Amino acid sequence: MKIQHSASERHVLTIIVDNEAGILAKIAGLFTARGYNIDSLTVADITENHAVSRITIVTNGPPAVIDQIHAQLERLVPVHKVIDLSEEGPHIERELALIKVAGKGDNRVEALRLADVFRAKVVDTTTQSFIFELTGTPDKIDSFVTLMRELGLVEVGRTGVVGMMRGPNGS
Amino acid sequence: MAEEKSGAAILVESLVKQGVEYVFGYPGGAVLPIYDELFSDKRIRHILVRHEAGAAHAAEGYARSTGKPGVVLVTSGPGATNAVTGIADAFLDSIPLVVITGQVATNLIGSDAFQEADTVGITRHCTKHNYLVRDPADLAATIDEAFQIATTGRPGPVVIDIPKNVQVATASWQDGEIQRKIRYSPQTAGSVEDIAEAVELIANARQPIFYTGGGIINSGPLATELLRHFQSLTGAPVTSTLMGLGAFPHDHADWLGMLGMHGTYEANLAMNQCDVMVCIGARFDDRVTGRLDAFSPGSTKIHIDIDRSSINKVVPVDLGIVGDCATVLEQLIAVWGKRKAADLSEWKARIEGWRARQSLAYPAESKSGDIMPQYAIERLFALTREHDPVITTEVGQHQMWAAQYFGFDKPNKWLTSGGLGTMGYGLPAAIGAQLGNPDTLVIDIAGEASIQMNIQELGTASQFRLPVKVFILNNEYMGMVRQWQELTYESRYSNSYSDSLPDFVRLAEAYGWKGIRIEDQSQLDDGIREMIAYDGPVIVDCRVAKEANCFPMIPSGAAHTEMLLYGDEVAGTMEDEAKALV
Repeated sequence: MKIQHSASERHVLTIIVDNEAGILAKIAGLFTARGYNIDSLTVADITENHAVSRITIVTNGPPAVIDQIHAQLERLVPVHKVIDLSEEGPHIERELALIKVAGKGDNRVEALRLADVFRAKVVDTTTQSFIFELTGTPDKIDSFVTLMRELGLVEVGRTGVVGMMRGPNGS
Repeated sequence: MAEEKSGAAILVESLVKQGVEYVFGYPGGAVLPIYDELFSDKRIRHILVRHEAGAAHAAEGYARSTGKPGVVLVTSGPGATNAVTGIADAFLDSIPLVVITGQVATNLIGSDAFQEADTVGITRHCTKHNYLVRDPADLAATIDEAFQIATTGRPGPVVIDIPKNVQVATASWQDGEIQRKIRYSPQTAGSVEDIAEAVELIANARQPIFYTGGGIINSGPLATELLRHFQSLTGAPVTSTLMGLGAFPHDHADWLGMLGMHGTYEANLAMNQCDVMVCIGARFDDRVTGRLDAFSPGSTKIHIDIDRSSINKVVPVDLGIVGDCATVLEQLIAVWGKRKAADLSEWKARIEGWRARQSLAYPAESKSGDIMPQYAIERLFALTREHDPVITTEVGQHQMWAAQYFGFDKPNKWLTSGGLGTMGYGLPAAIGAQLGNPDTLVIDIAGEASIQMNIQELGTASQFRLPVKVFILNNEYMGMVRQWQELTYESRYSNSYSDSLPDFVRLAEAYGWKGIRIEDQSQLDDGIREMIAYDGPVIVDCRVAKEANCFPMIPSGAAHTEMLLYGDEVAGTMEDEAKALV
């Protein structure tokens, strides 16, 4: 007997929660306990009194599983709202990355030139290295990291995606 | 007027305010301040169990039989971990519990202190919600919210972990309404469009079926009444899950019996062949659906459930209605109005054809001449029905036989561990049910293996003078395990024989109970009568045919249409795919 896997699609979920102890464990644990995937997860409080946090999770799964994830998240008492950005329509996704590249000569010049093309900022430099700060869609960051690999990539740090619906209305 | 009280005192006051009569618990280091508060308090009765699992199951039995939340009080570490099985059981069967666990002092949390366990972490995924309270000032509002969460929406267990220093420290306590933010408000009514669509679908159905579950019981007695009323308007045949038994009368002409793995032939075939399925407060459990790709292939499915995550979780439905069973049934009845029931005579004739298979028939005599367990249950039912008993069970063959051969016609009379399938549930649940229903005959239908899992609770019943009856169908096997080994593993009985059994009669007597042994069919009725007549707790050790199996049965991985009836060839093996299913 072989274990079967089914086709999945990527979804970006924004979750508004009470900023209480253990809430992140509760949400991350729900994904583990029910066998859902987390591609990335970001969290920070978003209100003046630190009472409410906004969590963005990029997940993937078959449509029925995505629907279940949505429903299971809404079932948690501290969860106020779950918005599936991928389902709701046009939205912005942004991620920030710090990318350290080391090298000399042509590679160093080429790295700087490509950083310019990608509108990455140099936030630290030595005579043999740069740290670039790059903001963009996950795709854009992927492409930049791939290019840097040939030019002396040392390390990458990424925040994971935050997202928001386009247009005048709040979610 | 505000006054300064200790956390422990605030807890007790809060429980009184919630109308709590009984607390099921076991003391220990981290709850001593609470126990000291309870010492002189006459408003709450503490029921001292013999093991914390017993406390949780007793609270479940109390809750399930009364409709009120059950309250548990246990200490930190092992006290909390022992209660986890009962908490998980309540989570899967949607039983409202509020579980108070002691915790080491806040400054010791995380230091691997004596009897420290991460209770909130451990119970995170088997509770509806849980709390660690770090300040006595938060206690009153937390307890108030915990009761609301446990009892409203889809009910479930809520854990409140209270460090010992929070129990001792003081905060201001105010009588009167608790001020707190209301952040939990489940949807209880269906949308007007959905209700209209559902009524249209049901009215146009020619082969409808109502598939009901524990949600009807959880919703309260009104839901049962409304189900019966809506059924009388529509004429639809009714089947139920294990958890929903009692919502519809077992002797009604349109009652199909329980469905699923050990359900009746007519219930499962009607599920398979129906054109409109109305699932009310059930959740398409794997024990109910059988093989999913063959589950009721031609039907339009309506699913009414208070938990939105239950809808489309296992079986995709055509119309999902999020709402409380009673409220939605009321809406359906209102929209149904003066419509006439459709002519379902052709459908009912087909059902009668399936019923004629007599799927619950069993051999009148066993090979050994021992009592057939099915017959024992039938007699138990016949002789106790005038007493309108509460029945609890353990888990296994005896549980299924009880579900099949005991007739229920009222809600809250049938307490069993359905979702988690916890052996050892029945005796403590019977204790809780007896406390909640002091004048009712409460019987735990047990197996000789299951009863040993919480046998220590015999002492609890003795201490609190609870006249519970334990009726053991003793076949000297973990019968359901043995049955599966026959079906799937060519009768290799790996560890399923109940060796070294105690003498249950003498065990009963050792605990101050009465013990009765029934070995022959001629003793059966008298033994049951003696059990009923005795004013105190009784164990009946009813020796039954060892080889009897539980039929009908849908084997693991099979469809509703592939049922085995008694006498069908059962020994053999199975494909790996079927073996891998639970």
